[in-house]
Amino acid sequence: MSPRTVAPLPVTRRDFLRVSAIAGGGLLLSSYLDPLGAAAGSLSRHAADGPMLNAFIRITPDGIITIVAKNPEIGQGVKTMLPMLIAEELDADWTQVRIEQGDLDPKSYQGQVAGGSTATPSNWLPMRRVGAAGRAMLVGAAAATWGVPVAACETERGVVRHRASGRAATYGELATKAATMTAPDLATVPLKDPRQFRIVGHGVRGVDTHAIVTGVPMYGIDVTVPGMLYATFVKCPVFGGKVASANVDAIAAQPGVKKAFVVEGGASLGGLLSGVAIVADSWWQARSARNKLKVTWDEGKTADQGSAGFAAQAAALVTQPPHKTLRADGDVAGALAGAAKRVSAAYFYPFIAHASLEPQNCTAHLHDGLMEIWAPSQAPAGGRALVAETLGMRENDIAIHITRSGGGFGRRLSNDYMVEAAWIAKIAGVPVKLLWTREDDIQHDFYRPAGFHNFSGGLDAAGRVVAWRNHFVTFGDEKNVAAGAGIGGTEFPQHFVPNFTLDLSLIPLGVPTGYLRAPGSNGIAFATQSFIDELAVTAGKDPLQFRLDLLTAAPVEAAGSGAPPYDAARARGVLELVREKSGWGKASLPKGTGMGVAFHFSHRGYFAEVVKASVSHEGKVKVEQVWVAGDIGSEIINPLNAENQVQGSVQDGLAQALGQEITIEKGRTVQSNFDDFPLLRFADSVPVEVHFLTSAVPPTGLGEPALPPAPPALCNAIFAATGTRVRSLPLSNQDLRWS
Amino acid sequence: MKVTLKVNGQPRTVDVPGDMPLLWTLRDTLGLKGTKFGCGLSQCGACTVHVGGAAMRSCMTPIASCQGAEVTTIEGLSASGTHALQRAWEELDVPQCGYCQAGQIMAAASLLAKTPHPTDSEIDDAMNGNLCRCATYLRIRKAIHLAAELQGQQATQAGAPKRLQEHAP
Repeated sequence: MSPRTVAPLPVTRRDFLRVSAIAGGGLLLSSYLDPLGAAAGSLSRHAADGPMLNAFIRITPDGIITIVAKNPEIGQGVKTMLPMLIAEELDADWTQVRIEQGDLDPKSYQGQVAGGSTATPSNWLPMRRVGAAGRAMLVGAAAATWGVPVAACETERGVVRHRASGRAATYGELATKAATMTAPDLATVPLKDPRQFRIVGHGVRGVDTHAIVTGVPMYGIDVTVPGMLYATFVKCPVFGGKVASANVDAIAAQPGVKKAFVVEGGASLGGLLSGVAIVADSWWQARSARNKLKVTWDEGKTADQGSAGFAAQAAALVTQPPHKTLRADGDVAGALAGAAKRVSAAYFYPFIAHASLEPQNCTAHLHDGLMEIWAPSQAPAGGRALVAETLGMRENDIAIHITRSGGGFGRRLSNDYMVEAAWIAKIAGVPVKLLWTREDDIQHDFYRPAGFHNFSGGLDAAGRVVAWRNHFVTFGDEKNVAAGAGIGGTEFPQHFVPNFTLDLSLIPLGVPTGYLRAPGSNGIAFATQSFIDELAVTAGKDPLQFRLDLLTAAPVEAAGSGAPPYDAARARGVLELVREKSGWGKASLPKGTGMGVAFHFSHRGYFAEVVKASVSHEGKVKVEQVWVAGDIGSEIINPLNAENQVQGSVQDGLAQALGQEITIEKGRTVQSNFDDFPLLRFADSVPVEVHFLTSAVPPTGLGEPALPPAPPALCNAIFAATGTRVRSLPLSNQDLRWS
Repeated sequence: MKVTLKVNGQPRTVDVPGDMPLLWTLRDTLGLKGTKFGCGLSQCGACTVHVGGAAMRSCMTPIASCQGAEVTTIEGLSASGTHALQRAWEELDVPQCGYCQAGQIMAAASLLAKTPHPTDSEIDDAMNGNLCRCATYLRIRKAIHLAAELQGQQATQAGAPKRLQEHAP
């Protein structure tokens, strides 16, 4: 998948509704169902669970409304947000709503992915329509019962009223009758005017918050299946290396160990890799046996690769013609030659790990021809396909229960832990919970790729940007750019600079890479927004005003690019708002303290951020405050969560900039735990003030777009404080001393 | 080895390897899953429990050292999930992914037991060993202050805790 590609939003798929009565009375609404096939098959398969599995809404006569949350919850708040959309249009009383996590069932629920900040834009209308259809049927049931026109009835918080006669009935009382009503057409069912919203736009607490603070088991790591054993899986420290031999017989004789075996594995770094599985009565025993494990590895060709070598290759490639030119507008060479002022600079950011706090894990049980899996996955459908392919099973014979995830950040878009668990459970013949150590997690990630940006910019006599060239050196081969390592030809400031070239050169890579929160953008924004700052300084302009001026430049059309239109007015809007809120340019700051600004458009959202930071004479950086202005469309669906997401994203970006780096040596990862891969700690947390602008476009996602401006805003603040331009991350590697 | 200890007020006897950390005894032997595994190196604090009333990293506490110990986990922090910290966490909707929060609450409970009204810098010091990958620190700090206030109210007007503001519209 490619989270940075903006696909057209799904508006109508199989937009029809299935209605059923529940045994014992009540209403069941299912949307997206294929009425001839999927429903019947899947309902009968899961008959023991009742008919919920294909439904979004169930209303029972006691008035309790159960809504299925279909997407994986990884901390982004989607398990609360999607049901809010249904409940809003249903006009339900939120205190009567109960949420159930849906299993993987694309036939009922369509997409079930946590990635690309897509849940909001993909579901804004479909989920509301499901709720609105339910409301229409409840109203219809009331009108029929009372012999009054539908138009004379209204709803409020789970009650239908006929004002003229003063009659009222609760949804619970009406549910059974409503199940006999004709379902409205989802494409035309009337939706609320946003001014009538009672739930959307109001702060709603996370539906699992009480369970979290009382320690209720919910995460993948908490799954227990009767008769379950525990597994650890040891892979080659060099990516793609294979087991040549291992003392599995000695390991099998260790206390508590039930089985130890070599897994042959395949060639794909995203699939089942070669390794040694140890299955024991307890995870601690499996983990302890691992200390006695002796493996001879065939390390393979990636053993020749390392971070120092990548840097040397990047430096060499920059002196050569690029492998590809992604975009060429105007005449960059001519414009640079004719520019009044020219600036060139090389930027670097390192590989980094996701480090979700819940280590990778998965529980699997092969029984009765069915592979049953409990997984904290962001992309369970992809996992099912991988398990099916690797184990030679039909997807229909694999059932996936989606658990809550202790963080995702893109790591769980890969399903390597899932296919490992399924394979080990099959060989072991019993239910198995596979759990990685933290070291496994840091050393076998799909890393945010490192990147090398080599910029040349030209300014005219008035200080306008007339030329921009970036020779971006990243990873890949002739066929593919490595996952998460790509860039689009229309990346900003394309469209705003008349002479623009984006060149690409590729370094072959045997290290697995992937999508980290705001993939691509989380590195590109650092390089681009830092270099824009350099141009502003060279032009002698205020860095924030310089950006506004750039965004007012006559646009160069991006013909046929397929990229989303870049709305310069929205970008300017967030910049102007953050200027106002941060008091930009008003305070006179002492040397050693500075403010920096950056903005970025990603995942359909516009964010501008100002960081105030100080740097001690010894070079220690302290972030003092961050101001954020964001525009994600017409509604902030859950403001209580929105603020939390933005504050977290910004601090995530700051932590990356301050100290995070994965170093590759001899084909393996050097870092191993939180002692050498530092997350942000309490004492370093920063006040983050969050403001939103609203635009007249449907709301979009918030898991990612607030992150990318944070690192460059910090680095620009460091420049303002000290005069030192940061062109390489992390900051912990930079000498920022000043006197 | 056989170890007898008190977990959340209940006497329990387990027969596990003596080097098994308390964390795995709680989770896999006693079925108390609220305490989480994050690093195994006392680096993240997700496994924080109370042993004899003090916050401890259960991932590096061998069960052999727990003979006769009184252990409290998130499940036993309060009888009905209404400890002032739990109420404050709910009031402010602190969690994102939520994975670290049991450890955060147990660390904060130990802080409040010793320092009923901590300053920001006392909170920083006490909580610096507890990582939140989602970086909910701003709300954790607010929630600790709120819990301190709630506890104070409870002490003065027992049985009448402050009603939480209703967030559901």
